[in-house]
Amino acid sequence: MSLTVLNCGYVPLVDCAPLIIAKELGFAAEEGLELCLVQQPSWSALRDMLALGHLDAAQMLSPMPIAMSLGLGGLTAKIDALMVLSVNGTVFGMSKEVAQSLQAPAFGDAYALRRQLGEAGLGTLRVGVPFHYAMHRLLLSYWMKDQSDLAIEVVAIPPPRMADAIAEDRVDAFWVGEPWGSTAVMRGVADLGLTGRDIWAFAPEKVLAARNDWITENPQTVRRLMRAVYQSARWLDQARNKPLAVEILARSEHLNLAPDLIDPAISGQITPRQGASPVAVERFLMFHKQAAHFPWRSQAAWIAAELGADAAQIAQAKLCFRSDLYRQNLAPIGVDMPGASEKIEGHMRHETAVASSRGHMILGPDAFFDGKTFDFSGDT
Amino acid sequence: MARDLSILIVEEDAARARQIIDALIDAGWNDVHALAQTSALERAIKMHDPDIVLIDVANPDRDTLEHLSLISGTKTRPVAMFVDQTDDDLTQAALAAGVSAYVVDGLQMNRIKPVLETAIARFQIMRQMQSELDAAKRALEDRKTLDRAKGILMRQRGMSEDEAYKLIRKTAMDQGRKVIDVAQALVTAADLLS
Repeated sequence: MSLTVLNCGYVPLVDCAPLIIAKELGFAAEEGLELCLVQQPSWSALRDMLALGHLDAAQMLSPMPIAMSLGLGGLTAKIDALMVLSVNGTVFGMSKEVAQSLQAPAFGDAYALRRQLGEAGLGTLRVGVPFHYAMHRLLLSYWMKDQSDLAIEVVAIPPPRMADAIAEDRVDAFWVGEPWGSTAVMRGVADLGLTGRDIWAFAPEKVLAARNDWITENPQTVRRLMRAVYQSARWLDQARNKPLAVEILARSEHLNLAPDLIDPAISGQITPRQGASPVAVERFLMFHKQAAHFPWRSQAAWIAAELGADAAQIAQAKLCFRSDLYRQNLAPIGVDMPGASEKIEGHMRHETAVASSRGHMILGPDAFFDGKTFDFSGDT
Repeated sequence: MARDLSILIVEEDAARARQIIDALIDAGWNDVHALAQTSALERAIKMHDPDIVLIDVANPDRDTLEHLSLISGTKTRPVAMFVDQTDDDLTQAALAAGVSAYVVDGLQMNRIKPVLETAIARFQIMRQMQSELDAAKRALEDRKTLDRAKGILMRQRGMSEDEAYKLIRKTAMDQGRKVIDVAQALVTAADLLS
């Protein structure tokens, strides 16, 4: 049987693991796909290549398809998220100088860190993020919304240069995906203060994206791709597979990272300071558990709202997260489906059993650090 | 036609930057500046107030540039990547040549197009020169590797240079591999054993 060639763009970060594993362990080939992973030098380049038809699908930062579909900047195109590729997995770190001006807030204490940053008399905090339309920037601005003692200046910096940027005093802090936070810690130029889940316990970080018209024209390929990525994500989230996953990712030509840089994100063992013991961060990075890959319409709505969208745009954004295709393509292979495609974002403080097609789905927690909840069900 | 656009080029490699500047100046644009480091990008944009920013598609600093254009909040800064749906050929040609362009909102197509066409032509020439240079370098490397492999056989097996080359070539043919791959394997093995 000849395989259907599918060109899929990615940026070399640990959380592109579901794509690499889908290829290397043959989940894609089992679905009749030859998955060609095409590395991209920047998110801008990846977006152009997808929008202009040089890629069939791509790993994207979760706000990108929404910003593109709503025409918010850069390049306008109808791009959808087929499923969520990863939940959480980012870190907030500070220069040694900034960290030393604080009273050692506990790692992961969003309130204490925010208060101490405000009281440190820094004036302006320059924070490096990878891209404008990134969950990193949205979590940062959500966290700092009510903080009036500190001005935040956001600077976009390619993740592999984040450690250099902080070492060269071009930024005071960063919000970045792994392995670039751990890299800065290993180099001794930064201390970590938070992980993404300390702001939002269940933030969709990367999505599997494709052009809306391509999705309509290639239903079979879309189904195969979604199944392959689903199998890959399921394999990745099994505890016993993690050491092997690190090994495969390290050996893969697609990532070019040493195993000790890949391990923290996959194992959830995060070292906040050089010389400190690693801290076990639960749900640091999720691929499969708690239906991590389900593209909730309400997640899209939250992102759109944070980007400043109005009610009509929020309704449009919801349609970019294709929970309809997720149901249609994955239910036949026995994947458990939640009863609804929207939830009240931030409502679950703990793991919660919810109604599902097979009757045993555990979701959450998905709470925000400040306890706020977001119900977008009235907006459609 | 009045060629009074302000153009900013973001390019780390000074030689490449000079080539693009020369091409644009030769074609009649005078207000052309190049910038090597994106850490100074914000200042440069304020100072030159460009109508068009040109940057290599593969430059990782594009994300920095995009963020700046999105937060500038003014209509007088380059705001969006140039994509014209009505002139898909030009967009695709730019992408293929490796040029991305950011233009101020509302700038007319007939003013953008000649700039892009000039840049595309120059990028194509540079790309071709680069691939020729890469090919020449690779050929030189291959030649060195093959010479070393032959030297090893001549020393260890007492062969003439011609016999050594024939043995490498025969091995390559028997194994369905390239001559250079066999030579490389031999050199690697010899390095490990020495």
